Amino acid sequence: MNAAAYPEDLKYHPEHDWARVEGDEAVFGITWYAQDALGEVVFYEPPAVGTTVDKDKPYTELESVKAVSEIFAPLSGEIVAVNEALGDAPEAINSDPYGEGWLVRIKVNDPSELDALMDSAAYQAMLDG
Amino acid sequence: MSELRRTPLHEAHLEAGAKLMPFAGWEMPVQYPDGITAEHEAVRSGCGVFDVSHMGQIEIRGRQTLEVLQKALTNDASKVEVGGSQYSCLCEEGGGVLDDLFSYRLADDRWLSVTNASNHPRDFERFEVEAKRWDVEVEDVADNIAMLAVQGPEARRIVGGLCDEDLPGRFEVASASVAGSPMLVCGTGYTGEDGVELLMPPESALKTWKALVSAGAVPAGLGARDTLRLEACYCLYGNELSLDRTPIEAGLGWAVKEETGFIGSEACLEAREDTSGDRLVAFELPDGGIPRNGNPILKTGERIGEVTSGTLSPTRDLGIGMGYVPGELSDPGTEIEIDVRGKMRKAVVDKMPLYSRDG
Repeated sequence: MNAAAYPEDLKYHPEHDWARVEGDEAVFGITWYAQDALGEVVFYEPPAVGTTVDKDKPYTELESVKAVSEIFAPLSGEIVAVNEALGDAPEAINSDPYGEGWLVRIKVNDPSELDALMDSAAYQAMLDG
Repeated sequence: MSELRRTPLHEAHLEAGAKLMPFAGWEMPVQYPDGITAEHEAVRSGCGVFDVSHMGQIEIRGRQTLEVLQKALTNDASKVEVGGSQYSCLCEEGGGVLDDLFSYRLADDRWLSVTNASNHPRDFERFEVEAKRWDVEVEDVADNIAMLAVQGPEARRIVGGLCDEDLPGRFEVASASVAGSPMLVCGTGYTGEDGVELLMPPESALKTWKALVSAGAVPAGLGARDTLRLEACYCLYGNELSLDRTPIEAGLGWAVKEETGFIGSEACLEAREDTSGDRLVAFELPDGGIPRNGNPILKTGERIGEVTSGTLSPTRDLGIGMGYVPGELSDPGTEIEIDVRGKMRKAVVDKMPLYSRDG
């Protein structure tokens, strides 16, 4: 939980989620702002591989000591991999939200959905707004 | 929404990087940058300091103070000596809990009760109504008092180092000078650890806070206060305690002395004799999952109650909680299930408290 950071190579969703597009797949996670607002994440059960996620809809949840928060999908698709390591070490979501703290990898349904997401500058402008 | 009130330590919390949130009409620190788990562990192993200046205080004084207290409070105030204190509930006629509070006997005919912020106005009203019938004066002194809780195995050493007198013992109260300011030192707390609570004029709060932090007390917020009290199985008003429950159901029968004839004593006696009535239990989830307030409690698929408080226990690293279940299902070892947002989680009723500093 060091200084706020919003990498340039990611696309951002207004519910404080990021997507990193790699070919026809995308990796999801939560932003620095989201993990800071949530506080220490203490429990995460990844969703099942093979489930479909819908853009703007919750696809999983993260629990901090105090509360549970729904996590929204920035893009639609089918989950092809989940970050199992977070089951034992959910704190990576706080310490490395864009790296070890990734949540799921999906096969993207509709690449045109990317147009609705923000780049780093637009997301930071939204946070400052 | 009306403006949130701020404690005299508001600026100090901001400077320390606290996250603030609205609580009972106040803007209170929920956690500092190191986080709830670190603050929790500081209190379990060292010393934490909490700003609890949102809590209310009512002074009750006069020749017949005891008469008023015996009518208003569930416990037997006549058993408390000068310099002592007592936990009690304040009930309505039907036995429902209006508040739970600690009362300190400052002098023969002078007491101070510490109320929950959200219930303070109605507590004061209750005392006032009773006081009119006796030679007793009741004063709302909440605005004149800031309150810090210093808790943990090192708390007495740290406060003792700033105080030129011996600290009062567990559940005792005394006037003393701490870090150069006169205040009331109370041997009470809400964390399951030893420690003291300090009641002082608001203008002394910042100096005292700084002295405690410099001496090694770790600032801790309401988040850690909640996980600490839940491990210690202390009731929280609005969660375990409400107008819908008697103190007997809440397991506070030890603080209920029906023979004093307090308001609600008949309903409490009835609840005590009804062994099939609901009882508050503590439980843990050995196979994962974190219970939360409002989650249904089930036994063999049938709904038997509801979780009143739940969290991940930092000490046990397991989901823990409290909730009401029928008396016959309240024995330690009873297996129940918690419906955590659609997922059935195994839970086992455990003895209270879930954490005890004596191991």
